[in-house]
Amino acid sequence: MITKEEVEYVARLARLKLTKDEKEKYTKQLADILKYINKLNELDTEKVEPTSHVLRLSNVFREDKVRPSLKQEEILANAPQVESSHFKVKKVIE
Amino acid sequence: MVKYETIIGLEVHIHLKTESKLFCGCSTEFGAAPNTHACPVCTGMPGILPVVNKKAVEYTIKSALALNCEVASRSIFARKNYFYPDLPKNYQISQYEEPLAQNGYLEIGTGSERKRVGITRINLEEDAGKLLHYIGSREIDGSLVDFNRCGVPLLEIVSSPDITSPEEAYTYLTTLKNIIRYLEVSDCDMEKGSLRCDANVSVRLAGKKKLGVKAEVKNMNSFRAIQKALEYEVKRQIKALESEERIIQETRLWDEKKERTYPMRSKEEAHDYRYFPEPDLVPLIVEKEWIENIRKTISELPDRRRERFIKEYKLSEYNAGVLTAEKALANYFEKVVKLYNNPKVVTNWVMVELLGRLNAVNKEVEESPVSPGQLAELLKLMEKGTISGKIAKTVFEEMFNSGKNPQVIVKEKKLVQITDEKEIGKIVEEVLKENPDAVEEYGKGKEKTIGHLVGQVMRKTQGKANPQLVNKILKEKLLKK
Repeated sequence: MITKEEVEYVARLARLKLTKDEKEKYTKQLADILKYINKLNELDTEKVEPTSHVLRLSNVFREDKVRPSLKQEEILANAPQVESSHFKVKKVIE
Repeated sequence: MVKYETIIGLEVHIHLKTESKLFCGCSTEFGAAPNTHACPVCTGMPGILPVVNKKAVEYTIKSALALNCEVASRSIFARKNYFYPDLPKNYQISQYEEPLAQNGYLEIGTGSERKRVGITRINLEEDAGKLLHYIGSREIDGSLVDFNRCGVPLLEIVSSPDITSPEEAYTYLTTLKNIIRYLEVSDCDMEKGSLRCDANVSVRLAGKKKLGVKAEVKNMNSFRAIQKALEYEVKRQIKALESEERIIQETRLWDEKKERTYPMRSKEEAHDYRYFPEPDLVPLIVEKEWIENIRKTISELPDRRRERFIKEYKLSEYNAGVLTAEKALANYFEKVVKLYNNPKVVTNWVMVELLGRLNAVNKEVEESPVSPGQLAELLKLMEKGTISGKIAKTVFEEMFNSGKNPQVIVKEKKLVQITDEKEIGKIVEEVLKENPDAVEEYGKGKEKTIGHLVGQVMRKTQGKANPQLVNKILKEKLLKK
């Protein structure tokens, strides 16, 4: 139902480094989870609207008003490195 | 000869002109000091909850209506997952399965060139932060991130692949920009990044049904650059097809200086965004009444205004097009015409004098130092004969530079037209005396020399003499010689 390659692919997308043992373990676990979830397919959902949210709410809005942001030094306090008031990260090529 | 067909689809991103961001209260102001408009919500701190900015939804609906789209009665947000330093949440809140609007169209071109370009969908989403790789010309040994732009509401307008030439792509973009600016939901200023455009382009042998392999072209910073990038890409792809090379589906970047596209260097990774419904946001339900209320806020759009200008003011298609491209300019024109009812003269003055000077100093109509009322006053002075047409241009220049009223300038600079026949007669006599050769030539039938003599009279009066009178008096006096 799920292959080791798929687990490796998903791990790569999530930036996770898995050991060989972990890969095997997760392949089995994920297969079990998918099998369990697939049980839902036995239900007839023909007349059921897809659920996108568990709360029966809609249109929760805020008015277009500016509220104070964090101070520059506060937000930059989380930066791994700072240069010219920017977050500095490893070079990314666009 | 083998003929190829070009197929282009455009993806346009537009910043909505809201005061605050899409999901938090941070300001959307452009050009602020880096990382001063950021908060826990837009930087993805643990435990945050986004709340939708109502105005952004309304602006989206307004745009969708103007682009003839079906506005969805129900729509949801989705998470688009990817890792990139400009996006601290590691997902962008966008729309996927149920966008706010779909199936619209935009009419572009005029006359026989008129056609419809389909609008596949319109999404409301948040922008990412801004990455900096250089400070000035100095390359940085890393990348710098500014989160001020992160979370600014963005409209994504996806066209159908109905565009068949780079030139048509240019027309589509201009038309779209004019409409969005009329709606006053965005500035659409490419220089400020409030409008960005990616293009999908492919070529195929004429008559073939199957689409060619497409390239996605990015990194163009003006409409002209988009046109040029597409022209280059079409040529490149045709050349590849003719030499039976395989075209691969890829993203290519436009190099403005070298005027060519090149494949984007990127790490080997699949673009697998794993969209799923955003659990932090509840669905949007758009009732008919809300749509109709928003529809009421849409004023006359550029197309219809152009048609009206042609009919009501008897303008040429071209002039009407220029005058109605920008709402502010069309408003300016109509204000002047209301005060001085001669659309033809007003058209000339607005298009030549006003636009010429505004362009020269790189100003928008809204910033014009000459108000519509002042221009109307000037035209009235000209019509009454207080000043000549030539002097009027001098006065206009002065008005433009100083912002003063035309009457004041005419008075201060003593520019009132000389219409006294005796006074003009005296000057004409002087000129004739000083130019015996010209007089003689005129006598011999060389009527063109009169132009030279008129010029002399005008120079002596600093252009203030009424030209018709000068002509008339000159002819009379010459006949007597």
